[in-house]
Amino acid sequence: MAEMGLVDINHSVVETEATNRGYERGLIELADRGVDIIVMDADLAGSSGTSGFRKRFPDRFLDIGLCEQDMIGTAAGMALAGKCIFITTHGMLAAGKAWDIIRSTICYGALNVNICGADAGLSAGGAGGSRQSLEDVAVMRTLPSMTVIVPADAVEAKKATMAAARLPGPVYIRFAAARVPIVTTDITPFTVGQAGVYRQGDDATILACGVMVYEALKAARQLEDEGLGVRVVNCHTIKPLDRAIVNRAAVETGALVTAEEGSTIGGLGGAVAEALAQTVRPTPIRIVGIEDRFGESGKHEQLLQHFGLTARDIAAATREVLSRKRGNGSETESVTTG
Amino acid sequence: MSPTPIELRDIANVVRRDVLTMTLEAGAGHIGGSLSVVDILSVLYWEAMRTNPERPQWEDRDRLVLSKAHASPALYAALARRGYFDVKELMTFRKLKSLLQGFPDMQRTPGIDASVGSPGQGLSIANGIAMAARMDRKQFRVYCLMGDGEAHEGQVWEAAMTAAHHGLDNVCAIVDRNMMMGDGSTEDIVALAPLVEKWRTFNWHVVEVDGHSIEQLSAAFKEAASVKGRPTLVHAKTIKGKGVPFMENKPEWHDRRLTEELYEEAMKALT
Repeated sequence: MAEMGLVDINHSVVETEATNRGYERGLIELADRGVDIIVMDADLAGSSGTSGFRKRFPDRFLDIGLCEQDMIGTAAGMALAGKCIFITTHGMLAAGKAWDIIRSTICYGALNVNICGADAGLSAGGAGGSRQSLEDVAVMRTLPSMTVIVPADAVEAKKATMAAARLPGPVYIRFAAARVPIVTTDITPFTVGQAGVYRQGDDATILACGVMVYEALKAARQLEDEGLGVRVVNCHTIKPLDRAIVNRAAVETGALVTAEEGSTIGGLGGAVAEALAQTVRPTPIRIVGIEDRFGESGKHEQLLQHFGLTARDIAAATREVLSRKRGNGSETESVTTG
Repeated sequence: MSPTPIELRDIANVVRRDVLTMTLEAGAGHIGGSLSVVDILSVLYWEAMRTNPERPQWEDRDRLVLSKAHASPALYAALARRGYFDVKELMTFRKLKSLLQGFPDMQRTPGIDASVGSPGQGLSIANGIAMAARMDRKQFRVYCLMGDGEAHEGQVWEAAMTAAHHGLDNVCAIVDRNMMMGDGSTEDIVALAPLVEKWRTFNWHVVEVDGHSIEQLSAAFKEAASVKGRPTLVHAKTIKGKGVPFMENKPEWHDRRLTEELYEEAMKALT
């Protein structure tokens, strides 16, 4: 798909970078372009990606200390006075600890606050289960007026950051501290709410977000060798979900796999299942993610393997969902495997 | 021209009567904690705050964040009497499609500067508005009216540290110290005393007043505006249910429903 400007992951060495860094570049470019943004952090600037911004624009940066709730409330006040704010901390400290303030003040007032969950998913690695955020997408997605974005790589992270500044209401964007493969380029289209079809195919579709976009592309390549044409869609915007592309994938390919670096409850898989259950004919779906459990310590790439979030796992899920599409799969089997 | 203290007392009396009438009509609403802040709101909206009811979004206006959001009946009545919307709207309080939601909703009600509902959140919001004002070199002031029971919330103290650390002298918080919360006395549930010392220790300038004295409140807001480099807390000693003898200092009037009979009796006390 040359027009998407994607990196050829089969024929070149794939570069990696933490999506936190893309966030940092997006903030700096916004300020360089004269967009009046304020960036706040809660004692995490060293890793979250805001320290570079702090250095360049000290007057537009505020470290509130370990006061996540106060940070979100203060951001709400700044938004009420017309500022465009980016607040930053660990995914679950942003989305979880301060959820009530995000709900009752920011979303209820539809305020222009961008909530950036750094070090999210399994990317906090060695820190283990208490600091890894696997539920952030689900808890943010339930809030009226909230937009939820999970960028695939550092390049898309920058685009998402810059796009969020232009959206009037609240946005949650999830970033990773770990280096993840870069699959998109500066010319790859990115529009909030519009999923990107990164690979065509008519047998099944993999809808992925975050680092799982790369794994999905690899899985599709593996399945191609088996004679299967698998469509790959980058669903970077979990809310509002691109229902048109999801519906078309269901109608045209009849078998869907979703893949995300987060809980299988309420995230991208949940969003797709909710949408399809009420729109098109019943479609076999397989949700690849972390199944109702906390994370644990380890290196990021080890954790992806440990939790079954690799191309191989996505390929296996695709075969399974294809088997159900053809009427061969047993319902019980499909629920209990993986 | 600011009203005289006598006129402010008359205004407060009208607002108290509105609180009773609208909560009777709604069959619900927090009467006790509304009556305790009426004098504070009257001095703020008719004297201390620079506002323009015809331009509720005027960007140089002073702001009020009603952190004790359950006192919405008092705020709505004050806003209506001040001219932000028709007084008749008060009779729609808490009803379907009303401008006046149970707790303040800035997207629906003219004059509401922030949507607030969950306790303990207002001071952070006030700080954020004040910081933005400072960045933009705006002169307006930000008031935050808090309940005393609300000080149980940890976020209040996060925000107290933030305001003091950043020297937000354009923030004036008022604590409605009526000593009561929904379940009883604040001191029996989890003691707040010594509350004044707590705020002083957090590096706030503290002014202690009788929260029903128009003159003392008026002087306190002037003093707050003159303090440089520190935020001010007005510690307003109040009586929950103030103005209606059978409600005064009775925790059950936190959110008890009025009957027609009790309403008539209460209105007689406010003539």
